Amino acid sequence: MPHRLCIKNFMTRQPTSQKLEENNEALSRKLRANILKMIHAAGSGHPGGSLSCVEILMTLFGSVLHFDPKNPRWVDRDRVVLSKGHAVPALYAILAEYDYFPGDWLMSLRKLGSPLQGHPDVARLPAVEAATGSLGQGLSIAQGIAMACKLDKRDSRVFCIVGDGEIQEGQIWEAAMSAPKFKLDNLTVILDYNHGQIDGRSDEVMNLEPIVDKWKAFNWNVLEVDGHDCEALQRVLPTQVPGKPTFIVAHTIKGKGVSFMEGVIDWHGKAPNDEELAKALKELGQ
Amino acid sequence: MKATRDSFGEEVAQLGELNSNIVVLDADLSKSTKSAGFAKKFPERFFEMGIAEANMIGTAAGLALSGKIPFACSFGAFITGRYDQIRMSVSYNRANVKLIGTHAGVAIGEDGHSQMGLEDVGLLRALPNMSIFQPADHEEAKQIIRFVTKHHGPAYIRLTRQKMPQLYDENYSYQYGQWDVLHEGKDVALIATGELVHSCMAVNDLYKKDYSIINASTLKPIDTKLIERLSEHHKLIVTAEDHYVIGGLGSAVSECMAELGSKTPLRRIGVREFGESGTPGNLLKHFQLDAEGVHAQIQQFLR
Repeated sequence: MPHRLCIKNFMTRQPTSQKLEENNEALSRKLRANILKMIHAAGSGHPGGSLSCVEILMTLFGSVLHFDPKNPRWVDRDRVVLSKGHAVPALYAILAEYDYFPGDWLMSLRKLGSPLQGHPDVARLPAVEAATGSLGQGLSIAQGIAMACKLDKRDSRVFCIVGDGEIQEGQIWEAAMSAPKFKLDNLTVILDYNHGQIDGRSDEVMNLEPIVDKWKAFNWNVLEVDGHDCEALQRVLPTQVPGKPTFIVAHTIKGKGVSFMEGVIDWHGKAPNDEELAKALKELGQ
Repeated sequence: MKATRDSFGEEVAQLGELNSNIVVLDADLSKSTKSAGFAKKFPERFFEMGIAEANMIGTAAGLALSGKIPFACSFGAFITGRYDQIRMSVSYNRANVKLIGTHAGVAIGEDGHSQMGLEDVGLLRALPNMSIFQPADHEEAKQIIRFVTKHHGPAYIRLTRQKMPQLYDENYSYQYGQWDVLHEGKDVALIATGELVHSCMAVNDLYKKDYSIINASTLKPIDTKLIERLSEHHKLIVTAEDHYVIGGLGSAVSECMAELGSKTPLRRIGVREFGESGTPGNLLKHFQLDAEGVHAQIQQFLR
C-alpha cells in the first residue's frame, strides 16, 4: 500500500538541525560529484544549470515532498516537473540517491537504450513526471497536473523548476496568467536564477528584471531565497497562500560547488575532460 | 445537414455524463468549436484558457498525465500552429490528449486563409504516435468522438465549419484504421476525406459515373490493405481533400502506393496555394473541390 512518505519519517539523515547541516553538505557534494561523473561519462551534458539546482532538489526530496520510490506513480505523491529539462543530471542524481533506480544507471546517461535520456522522458523513466527539454513547456504541464489534483480533491503539491533563460519563452507568461485564474495554490514554481544561458548572461541575452515585480503583477505569491541555503529553502519551499500559486526566486550560482565552473557561461553545456573531472572531484572531496 | 463541429459539441457534452474524467479546454473559441455546450453543462470540468493555445495544449498534457481525458479545442490552424507543444508536451509525453481542430480547409469561407486549417494533417502526421481522424458526417463524427475517448493516446480530430449531408445512420459502425467503401465501382477509385467525400459522391450522381468511392475518415493510421486492393482493381487512384496535397491524405496514399510498388497511376486533388476569402461554395468551386471541379480534374487525369 502506498503511504505518504516523508523523509523525516524514514531517513536517519537528520536527527538534529546541526547534524542536518553537516549531512546536507555531504549530500550536496556527493550529488555534485555524481552529476559531473555522469556528464563526463556521457561526454556531453549541462553541468552549469545542473549544479545550480542541487540544493533546491535536495531540499524538496529531503523535507518537502511526499513520495514513494517503490511506487513512483503513487497517485497521492507530490510532483516535481523539471521544466529546465537540460538540468536532468541533477534530478537523476537525487532519484538514484532515493533508490528510484540503481546507482549504476547514472553512468548510462545519454547512452543508447538508457532510461536516463539527455532530457527527461517519462515513458522511459516513470520516476520523472514529464518529458521536457523544449523550454517553456513544463509549467503548463505542471499547471495541468495541479488542476487534475484539484479536480480529484487530492492534497498533492506540484513543484515546477524553471530556468531563468527559459522564462524568456512566451508560453511561460501564458501560464503565468492562467495559474492565478485557476487559483492553483497547490502549484509552486521555483526559478533557478543562475543568471546564465548559452549565449551569455541572461540580463544581456534578454533581461528578465524586475522579475519579482513581474510575477507579483501577474497575481502570484512571490518569495525570494538563497537557492543554495538548505535551511532557508526548507522554510520557503513549503509556503502556500490560499487561492494563489507561489513563485520562488531562488538566487543561485551557475556551476555552484566547483571553483572553475562557478559563474562561467562556458560550462552551460559542455562535459568536463578527465583532468577537469579529477580537479572538480578533488574540490568536492570525492 | 450538419457540421461535424456541432456533432462534436453534442457528443462530448453527452459523454461528459458517462465519464467524469473527460475535461474540455478551449482558447476563446468555445462558441465556434462548439465546446460551449460542455462548458455550460460541466463548468467545473471546462477550462477557458483564453487566447493562449500553447499553454492550453501543455495544460491538457498535464491533465492527461494525471488520468484525465482532455479535449483541447481551437481552429485546426491555430491548434496545429502550436506544433512544438503538440510534439513535446503531448506526443513525446504519450499524453492522452484529444486535439479538436475545427474550421478545416478553404470551405470555412469568408474569414480567409489565416483561419483555414490546410496543413494541419501534414504537420501532425509526422508524429509517431498521433492518430488522426476526419469524419464525413454527423453520425461518423459522434462515433469517432466516442472512439477516441476509449482509445488511449494522442489524437487529432479534424472537423468542419460547414454543414455536410448525412452519409450514415446508427447502423454504421466506425472502424479504426479501416476505410469505408461507400461505392464499389470500376476504373477509378476516389479516396476522399471530409467535405470531398460528398463532392465525389456527387460526381457519380451528376455525371452518371461508376467510380469507387472511399471515405478515408482515419487519416492515420491509413488503410494500407484497402489501398493495395484498390490499386490492383482500378486503372487510376485519385485522392481528394480540402487540405494541401502535400502532407495530407494525398501524400499518405502516395507513400503507401510507392512502398507497395504499385504500378497504378495516382493523382491528388486538393489545395496547392494559399486560401482566400469568399463564400464556401465559391471557394470550393474556385479550388476545384466541388463535384464539377473534381469531375473536371478526373477527366483531365484520364486523358
